[in-house]
Parts: sequence; structure tokens; C-alpha cells
Amino acid sequence: MKFRYLKNVVTLHLDQNKCSGCGLCLEVCPQQVFTLGHGVSTITDRDACLECGACARNCPQDAISVRPGVGCAYAVLMDMFNLKGKCCGDNCGCTLEDYK
Amino acid sequence: MMSDNKFNLPMIDDQHDSSCCKPEDNPAADYETAAEAGWVVGQTGTPVGPVYQISTPLVYKDLLDTVRARLGMGRMKLAVPPGLYAVGTPDRFSPVLVSANYKLSFDALRRELTGLNLWVLVLNTKGINVWCAAGKGTFGTDEVIRMVDAVQLEKVVAHRTLILPQLAAPGVSAHEVRRRCSFRVIFGPVRAADIPAFINAGNKADPVMRRIPFGLRERLVLTPVELTALIKPLAGLILLLFLLNTAVTLVNQSPARPAILLSRTFSDLMPFLVAALIGVFLVPALLPYIPGRSLAWKGFILGLVWALLHWHFASLQSGWLITSAHFLLLPAITAFLGMNFTGSTTYTSLSGVVREMKIALPVIITASGLGMITLITSYFV
Repeated sequence: MKFRYLKNVVTLHLDQNKCSGCGLCLEVCPQQVFTLGHGVSTITDRDACLECGACARNCPQDAISVRPGVGCAYAVLMDMFNLKGKCCGDNCGCTLEDYK
Repeated sequence: MMSDNKFNLPMIDDQHDSSCCKPEDNPAADYETAAEAGWVVGQTGTPVGPVYQISTPLVYKDLLDTVRARLGMGRMKLAVPPGLYAVGTPDRFSPVLVSANYKLSFDALRRELTGLNLWVLVLNTKGINVWCAAGKGTFGTDEVIRMVDAVQLEKVVAHRTLILPQLAAPGVSAHEVRRRCSFRVIFGPVRAADIPAFINAGNKADPVMRRIPFGLRERLVLTPVELTALIKPLAGLILLLFLLNTAVTLVNQSPARPAILLSRTFSDLMPFLVAALIGVFLVPALLPYIPGRSLAWKGFILGLVWALLHWHFASLQSGWLITSAHFLLLPAITAFLGMNFTGSTTYTSLSGVVREMKIALPVIITASGLGMITLITSYFV
């Protein structure tokens, strides 16, 4: 089963003019957001994107952009009150610095 | 135990890169040495010195570590010393797997490697799992290159391929690693269990291996941690309800018998306790079946159902004030816990979470505030 979150909310963009069709975005995306056709990648399941940023970081052509972040309400809440260190103990792996 | 020597793992050459062996560079100052850990079974010689050989079946102590981690106890102490390890009897042509140094990530990997001969390069991700460390950047391009250098991997293996977990991709840029060191990165499957199949297929992952599983087990595995987080607020609520019941007895000048006060307190607590359990167990378990996409909404729906059930079966006779308090507070509790569950899911985006919080948070805060006032008032009217 594939879960989908809120509609039309993610910051994912793909510039198909830059795309070389290497398919690495299909490989690294854990949510199968992209498909490959006619030698270029296409965003075919936008609402499944969780903004992890794997595709953007691994696109050799720099054709993909996304504001990466961790979709964790508790982290957002702690950030609002400047208590970032309180998340998940001091061991929190998430970062909200890219957001804002 | 606290000597500097414990960080001098034989697979890391101090002369070559002393920076990686400084205690402050290690995630926890008091973790055991690899040799003391139950999972080291021997050593293998390499051109750069001996390398610890690790056991693939998990031992009793690993189980204890898992329990500790799942209860959220001392996670920082559950870090694996970074470095190169051997599984089986690897040679110059054996594959190299790269892993995070969170104990549970490491265990999840090694228990799937029985019968294989390969190398495992454990990065210093500060004791954080692959996915979270990749998001933060500690499981990142720089750390991969640094560790490849630190263990002198180019002298240990003849090939130039690293197999990384797919979930490291948010932090590691394959083309940048390629550009900056002699090794190239291949992203392996999401789950460690698929690694033997991935290697057997010539380092090819089928589409199923590329998906993050989020079944019932994955949805409930973090529940114990959520439960421990509930202890404090519940204790606060118990205290409040106890004080309210005491105050009522004093106002009515009836004899304050502790047994009666306690039993009233806990019967008053019951609807809230059930709401909390609905929030941490039922919302995750029924996630795909509750209508709507927002997780706060899903929580709200179950809380409303519980408020209705409780009103229908338990409190039809009780006053309208306490009933109103329940209708305000119970859905607010489950909505909050549902919203909180976004941090445990594998599919919620930050943009989505921010959007749903903009609506949910003011509603939850208002409902809780009004609910608390109504609740307190209900005791004195």
C-alpha cells in the first residue's frame, strides 16, 4: 500500500529541459514519484513526495529542486518554541534549518 | 574503560588520519569497544592491518539494545564504533556495504548477512539511523569520503564500488562522491533483508526493493516511545483530577477518604486515558482506513467517535458540562497525537505538516483551553 499525504503541497520541481534521462531520480525516490518516458523523467505522483531531497541531491544535471525537510509535527512545534534540542532526545536526526 | 586506547580500533590507522580517532569525534564517550561487544567474533588480516569480524546472528545483548532503543532509553550509548568490519571471510573482490553507526541500523544490516563474505564500512553518523542521518547530512557525501580515506579502503579492496542503503540518498550525492574520490556509489535496497538478493542479481534492485514498507508493524514499532512520552502529561492530569476531587470534597465538607478520592480520580481519568491510547495505537493501526489525508483530522475523527461512544454508554446521566468538556478535550487529544504521528510516518512532507498544523494547531489549542475551563467548572457546578 502506498500512502499519499495532502494534495498539491510539496515544493518539488523538475526542469525537463535540463533532464538527461539518466533515471537516477527513479532509483533513489522511495515513493516512486517519477517515471521515465521519451528519454526524460516526469513527475507522475506528486502527492506521494515526502520532500526527502534524495532526487535533487543525486541529479547530475541539477534539474530537480525541492526544499528538503522532515515532515514531523513535533519538530515543527519545538522549532516554534525554540526548543529544537528537545526533539527525540538530544539525538534528533531532523533539521528544520532549510525551512523558513 | 575510559582510556583513549579504546578508540584505537585496529582498522583505523592513526598515522594516516588521526582526526577520525579523537574521542570527541565519536558519538558517545562511554560506549564499549567493539572487542567488548558481543558481536565481534574474530579478526581478519588486511594490507592495512587486522579488521574486526562481526557475527551475523544477533546475540542476547543485541536484543537488550533493541529493547532499550525502542523504549527511548540511552540511545546515545547505542552507537557502533565507526570503521571497517568484516563479515565472513571477505577478500579483495568482496562487496563493500556502507552503514550508519546507530546500533539498530547496524543490527538490522548484519543479521541479514549470514553466509555472505563482504566488508561493512560503518560511518560516524553520531548514533543516528540511516534515514534521519541522511536528512541531517551526517550520513552525507563528506562523511562517506572521509571514512573511505580513514580506513584506506583503496588498499583493502581491488574494486571501486560502495553499496549504500537507498535511504542514504537524501544525504549522499553519488556523482559528487565519484568526482571527489576514486570510489563510486551504488544505492542498494531500502531494506537490509533484500541485500543478498540485490548482490545476487548483480547489484540490481527490483522496484519492490526501492519502496519504504509502511505496514502495520512499521506503523506500530514506535508506539512504545510515544507511550513513554505520554507518562508526564498523564501524571499531570492525574494530579489535576485528584486536586479537583479533593477540592470538591472540601467545598461540600464531606469526609475526604483517600480511597474514594483515588477511585474518583481514576474513573474521571478513564476517558482521557482511552483517548491517549486511541491516539498512539488505533490512529497508526487504522491509518489507511480512516477517511481524510491530514493526520490531525484522522486523529480528530477517532476522538470524536470515542467521545460519542463514551457519552452514549457511560455518561448519559452525567452533567452537560462534563460531557461538553469530553467533547472538547477527547478529539483534541487524539488530533494532537495523530498530528504527532507525522514524525513516525515515512510519507509526510514538511510542507504538508506545516499546512495541516496551521489549521489543526489553533483548533486543538482553542478546544483544549475551553475544554479545561469546562472540565474544572463542571466540578463546582
